[in-house]
Amino acid sequence: MSMNPFCEIAVEEALRLRESKAVDEVVAVSLGPQQVQETLRTALAMGADRAIHVSTEQQLEPLAVAKLLAALARREQPLLCLLGKQAIDGDNNQTGQMLAGLLSWPQATFASKVELDKAASSAKVTREVDGGLETLSCQLPAVITTDLRLNEPRYATLPNIMKAKKKPIAKLTPQELGVDVTQQLVTLQVEEPAQRKGGVVLGSVAELVEKLHKEAKVI
Amino acid sequence: MFGLGLLARAARQHQLQCTVSRLFSSCRPLAAATDAVQQAQPREQLQYDLCIVGAGPAGLSAAIRFKQLCKEDNRDLSVCLIEKGSEVGAHILSGNVFEPRALDELFPKWSEQQGEGQAFADLPLRQKATADRFYMLTQGSSIRLPNPPQMKNRGKNYIISLSELTRWLAKHAEEQGVDVFPGFAGKEVLYDWHNAVVGVATGDMGIAKDGCRKPSYTPGVDLMARLTLFGEGARGSLSQSLMQHYGLREAAGASPQTYALGLKEVWEVPEEQHQPGLVLHTVGYPLDNSTYGGGWIYHMEGRRVSLGLVVGLDYANPSLSPYQEFQAFKRHPLVAATIVGGTCLQYGARSLNEGGLQSIPKLAFPGGALIGCSAGFLNTPKIKGTHTAMKSGIVAGEEAFRALGLADDAGKKGPITLRNYADRMEVSWVYQELERARNIRPGFSKWGLWGGMANAALSTYLLRGREPWTLKHRHADHEATKLARDCPPKDYPKPDGVTTFDIPTSLYRSGTNHNHDQPPHLVLADPGLPEVVNHPQYGGPEAKYCPAGVYEYAADEASGRPRLVINAQNCLHCKACSIKDPRQNITWTVPEGGGGPNYTIM
Repeated sequence: MSMNPFCEIAVEEALRLRESKAVDEVVAVSLGPQQVQETLRTALAMGADRAIHVSTEQQLEPLAVAKLLAALARREQPLLCLLGKQAIDGDNNQTGQMLAGLLSWPQATFASKVELDKAASSAKVTREVDGGLETLSCQLPAVITTDLRLNEPRYATLPNIMKAKKKPIAKLTPQELGVDVTQQLVTLQVEEPAQRKGGVVLGSVAELVEKLHKEAKVI
Repeated sequence: MFGLGLLARAARQHQLQCTVSRLFSSCRPLAAATDAVQQAQPREQLQYDLCIVGAGPAGLSAAIRFKQLCKEDNRDLSVCLIEKGSEVGAHILSGNVFEPRALDELFPKWSEQQGEGQAFADLPLRQKATADRFYMLTQGSSIRLPNPPQMKNRGKNYIISLSELTRWLAKHAEEQGVDVFPGFAGKEVLYDWHNAVVGVATGDMGIAKDGCRKPSYTPGVDLMARLTLFGEGARGSLSQSLMQHYGLREAAGASPQTYALGLKEVWEVPEEQHQPGLVLHTVGYPLDNSTYGGGWIYHMEGRRVSLGLVVGLDYANPSLSPYQEFQAFKRHPLVAATIVGGTCLQYGARSLNEGGLQSIPKLAFPGGALIGCSAGFLNTPKIKGTHTAMKSGIVAGEEAFRALGLADDAGKKGPITLRNYADRMEVSWVYQELERARNIRPGFSKWGLWGGMANAALSTYLLRGREPWTLKHRHADHEATKLARDCPPKDYPKPDGVTTFDIPTSLYRSGTNHNHDQPPHLVLADPGLPEVVNHPQYGGPEAKYCPAGVYEYAADEASGRPRLVINAQNCLHCKACSIKDPRQNITWTVPEGGGGPNYTIM
């Protein structure tokens, strides 16, 4: 099971912040069944200090994830919550935003550059938006979600993978965190996009007009 | 291993020189020349008792058997297993009708422990073969032939996905304490001053296309081991270098290895077209009488069907495209009837050994041995190589344990030689099987389809493999290719997008992916040769036999002449180019670990 690419970027950014002494400790968190431990081992192999596995067989929706992370944040009291902007299976792009809302923390999403000012307890984040780049400053603690151009994640080396096997992974359940993770959404239908039909070479403008009128029904 | 001063091997010296010379290329200012000193620092070393290259059935069986013996004997010996695919099973492709003979030896009680919660509950052997059929195909029809005795699978063998089985084996191996490392490619064999193998170097990661280091540059590590087993599958890159280094083929008086390219798809078909347990083989159409090969259709469980075509790579016509022959196979009414209305789930391709007994090289060398298809134990008439690969892994694992144990007790350090591995293989059922089958495949090269079948019948039914002669493989596959002007050009129809597809569509279904910003892993000894030899003399055969569309001839902008373009990131790691290039100009080297196909049900 490989780590969501945006989450990999978040782990990398956290490690860089620790290396620049802006933060002291990096804790990796993943939620789900036993398999997510592989992802946590990858995070530990990249350099995270410790890992927390919120164990559940239940299919987790973004709101449930946000509630679980909020409960964890209240326990761990981090300076910063770094998340990938979205998971490439669901493409929801909601968890970071909801987490900030639940904690009442400031949020800076789609980060392409992060600078932490430990002394002033603030962060300056450059965000990628449709119009270009937007830089904002916010107080810590805050939630930041990462976008593609923030960094290039490091490779986990073999020696680090071996060391990671010995690092601790704490296990918690949603019940212990006091969160109800029952699904609130029901998928009604999933459809494949319509099959692309081949193009047709036409002989004249009259033919084109006829096809637009009769087949495509746009005129 | 600690005491033997391992230092720069000839290859490593060369690499250091390359590193230094790269610094003086345009990508770095001269001021950075001092980095040369830093870069000459030794790489990190990890020590293991046993290192295995390749998480295929052979490698995994060796690791598991080794750890079983360690447990029985209360010895704590360390094993690591590296795999270039992103996960175990990602590079595994096989028919596969599985003969459980070697599995029975590895896990004697597996069939009794498949109940819920038991050890082998999720072992992916879920569909037993229920019927065998054999057909001769012509352009529009099929003629049912009697089943050859080698193809009697009903009631005994299982139709499986080998990717799934290796994933299960890897999980079991990890539980037994084997360190399995997917995503790491064995780049180079490490030798000591006494010319013994002392381990494997994994590749550097994070090198850009032009050879410069990216910010994510991470050097590989040297996996040092007292014994290294190479189970890379057919035409493995390290195995090839070992065979050259130690002259393993010459030492055994072996014939050149001969290969075939297998192309496979797994389909999900409508219920009424699904006959679970049906094992169907074909000969004839679309291949002509002088091209060896055949097709298969295996009905797995859950409405899934595995089908494919094996094409002998000693074909003569350079314009032949195994991929297009596979599309033609799917168009045949017998095959189309099974898959029409279904969905193609995955596609892939891989070379397989067909040389059998005659092509097996010397197996062991100081510090290591070849196992599985890297050596070449596939039984061609049966088209089964998994059971023999696993057996070779089991024997190698046992001999490795024995040899390391003896060395430990005697206080001996340094690389070990597996003297008994080859001897035991020679008296095992693997060699017995291969002995009986040895004259079948070469008969086809010598006498074509009909002569080959007559010879096969003679050898199988009458002489039962006990004939006093052994037909040799006359030449390597690439030597059989005729010039383009001497052969009728082959014309293939366009795909219909329903049962037949173009290469890019199929490639998408293989999940193949490489970091495109890396040096191309297909190395041409003479980069100018394609334009001087391959294209004018052979019509650019690499553009025809590559099942992934890696090689293309495009008109050069400046001169207008055709120029070879290599789309290395499409590569399926099938090794056909390494085998079939007319002048052996292409060397397949391993790309950055974690790249390549991502097979899950192949």
